Amino acid sequence: MDALLIILTASFIAIPNGLLGNFLILRKMSMIGDAISHAVLPGIVIGFLFSGSIHSLPILIGAASFGLLTTLIIETFYQKGKLQKDASIGVAFTTMFALGVILVSLFAENVDIDTECVLNGEIGYVALETPLFYIGDLGIPITTMEVFFLSIIVIAFVIIGFKGLLITSFDEAFAKSIGVSTNFWNYLLMSLVSIVTVLSFESVGAILVVALMIAPASSAYLVTKKLKVMIVLSILFGITGSVFGYYLANYFNTSISAGIVVVLGGIFSICFIFATQRKPKISYEGSEYQK
Amino acid sequence: MIDWTQIVAFLSFENSSVNVVVFGSMLLGACSALIGTFSLLQKRALIGDTIAHSLLPGICTAFLLYPVKNTWTLLIGAVISGLFSIYVIDYIRQKTKLKNDAIIALTLSVFFGIGLFLLGIIQQGDYANQSGIDHFLFGKAAALMYDDLIVYGILALSTLAIIILFFRAFFTTTFDPHFAQSIGMPIKAIDFLLSTLTVIAVAIGIQTVGVVLMAAMLVTPAAGARYWTNNLRKLLIYAAILGAISGFFGALISYLAPNMPTGPWIVLSLSFFTITSILFAPKRGVLYRWNKKRNWKSKLESENVLKTFFLLGEKDHDFTKSRTAIDLINRRHFNEITLKKTLRKLVNKEKLIQINGNYTLTARGKEEGQRLSKIHRLWEMYLTTTLNIAPDHVHEDAESIEHIITPELEKRLEEILDFPENDPHNRKIPYR
Repeated sequence: MDALLIILTASFIAIPNGLLGNFLILRKMSMIGDAISHAVLPGIVIGFLFSGSIHSLPILIGAASFGLLTTLIIETFYQKGKLQKDASIGVAFTTMFALGVILVSLFAENVDIDTECVLNGEIGYVALETPLFYIGDLGIPITTMEVFFLSIIVIAFVIIGFKGLLITSFDEAFAKSIGVSTNFWNYLLMSLVSIVTVLSFESVGAILVVALMIAPASSAYLVTKKLKVMIVLSILFGITGSVFGYYLANYFNTSISAGIVVVLGGIFSICFIFATQRKPKISYEGSEYQK
Repeated sequence: MIDWTQIVAFLSFENSSVNVVVFGSMLLGACSALIGTFSLLQKRALIGDTIAHSLLPGICTAFLLYPVKNTWTLLIGAVISGLFSIYVIDYIRQKTKLKNDAIIALTLSVFFGIGLFLLGIIQQGDYANQSGIDHFLFGKAAALMYDDLIVYGILALSTLAIIILFFRAFFTTTFDPHFAQSIGMPIKAIDFLLSTLTVIAVAIGIQTVGVVLMAAMLVTPAAGARYWTNNLRKLLIYAAILGAISGFFGALISYLAPNMPTGPWIVLSLSFFTITSILFAPKRGVLYRWNKKRNWKSKLESENVLKTFFLLGEKDHDFTKSRTAIDLINRRHFNEITLKKTLRKLVNKEKLIQINGNYTLTARGKEEGQRLSKIHRLWEMYLTTTLNIAPDHVHEDAESIEHIITPELEKRLEEILDFPENDPHNRKIPYR
């Protein structure tokens, strides 16, 4: 039963992450996703101080505000300060993360989070939680419920907002010309990334969240040119990673979330080989078109 | 609140274990800042972040192969896996259409995942002395030992030596790799040397500040120093000083408040200097740019108002007639609120006289409006006669150039065109 519960929870984490990842890589914002996943830490600590529980609204609000704030800071450095993009990201998220770690040490007595759990997380603990209710023999704890609803919200967001996301991801100029606000979709996407990060991070940690976001979508990106196919594939890859990752980690008796990422890495390698082998063997050596 | 005796004790460098932390942090700060400057200029500012995450599998593999806590074996494992991650990024970039940021995010997170996977195996097994590996993840500046200080010293000195020795090579490959290649520089070897330096610095640094914050040690000082100079030598010096000062502050704060971690305070101090530079630096800072833009806008607005006064005067053959804001808006589109502000400003500068909401041009104001119209029409003339552009296409261009042309250019224009009477739309050009 534990196996089923953990795989179920992992899949419900992989689905929203993978979905958002598609749009992050199309918008060339993967590293902003990475930055946000670290930068929400101060928001989490502050939210925790308010509510005293990791499963609470203040934490979501805190994390979302810090996620948006970080996006805003990056844009300010980049557009108003003319700092190059990657440096803007680097300066902004490390500042936030440092602030978060300091807050954790400052309120160490009141806050039951440590930096270790921020980086690592462990999805196996979901089996130790007290179930809220039972479906047959399967006890469903609060974490699983949270990520279940998160998946539904993100799926709904992608279905309802598909046109807006599509247009603003592929052709910003066209989107502007027909009156679709790029900023609106951008910040909406970023707040969802922040929320997804927070809800996933207890289970998988801040860094592996990035793998769950970027790896399935990147793998799918290599094997298809259609956005809809890419989205469906990224979800399938995420679920596959959850299933095989669980058994792989179990076999070696190690971290399950790390196991999932290892499998996702394997899936990417397979897609990579598939994509590079399929290409016609024409040498572009020394040609202008190489890039 | 502030305990001065403690600060004095800190500054007197009496406590040797404190000194180790202070000098260690300063050396690390300076050294990573030097290397980070090149990463920043090569537009690879996040390379430090990538490498820091990618070291873990190498460290764990090294530990699994030689299960003794030996800093050197772990370091070798770290360097190999760091270099491998750089290779993987380049390989994926060459072979696929994936964008750079996605490749970086993918590589760093998957490498880190593999590392955690191996770390889990290590922690389950009965290996003694596994605690040292944790330092590679989260960093622990307070645990700096005298031996570490020697390693940092060697690292800092050799980094400095290599940068001085290969300054020309690094300089050329950073700014113009194609040129470097064309004069026969071994750019691949130079690149490899720089990458290796970066990986070693990161591998040593993460034991002090941790995986996540190592990125800041490389990129933040250089990003801040970039606001103060365009010269590479100065940039390197400023960045190194910034790194060292922040290392000092980090150590000071964690000495005064022993619960406080050193790494985050080093980073926060770096960020403080850098963000201050981004916002307030002269010539490049956000505030300076904003101010410059605002001044320019207000200059444009004033000039447009004076020109509109002149045009209205020209139409009525009466430049001394008084006019209201509405008259101006009827002639040309102005925002009413900014127009009122501009009018007030022009009255203060004695270019307009105001009586009961009616405005009249002064002699100075008229002269300026006249000059703008003259340049506008001369430029239209220039475009149609010299560049053969149709007369109905020249207005927009003249509208913007009239604010930019200097008195010298104005004179040149008059000479080239030989003082024409009329512009292409048969309006008189007002010389006097």
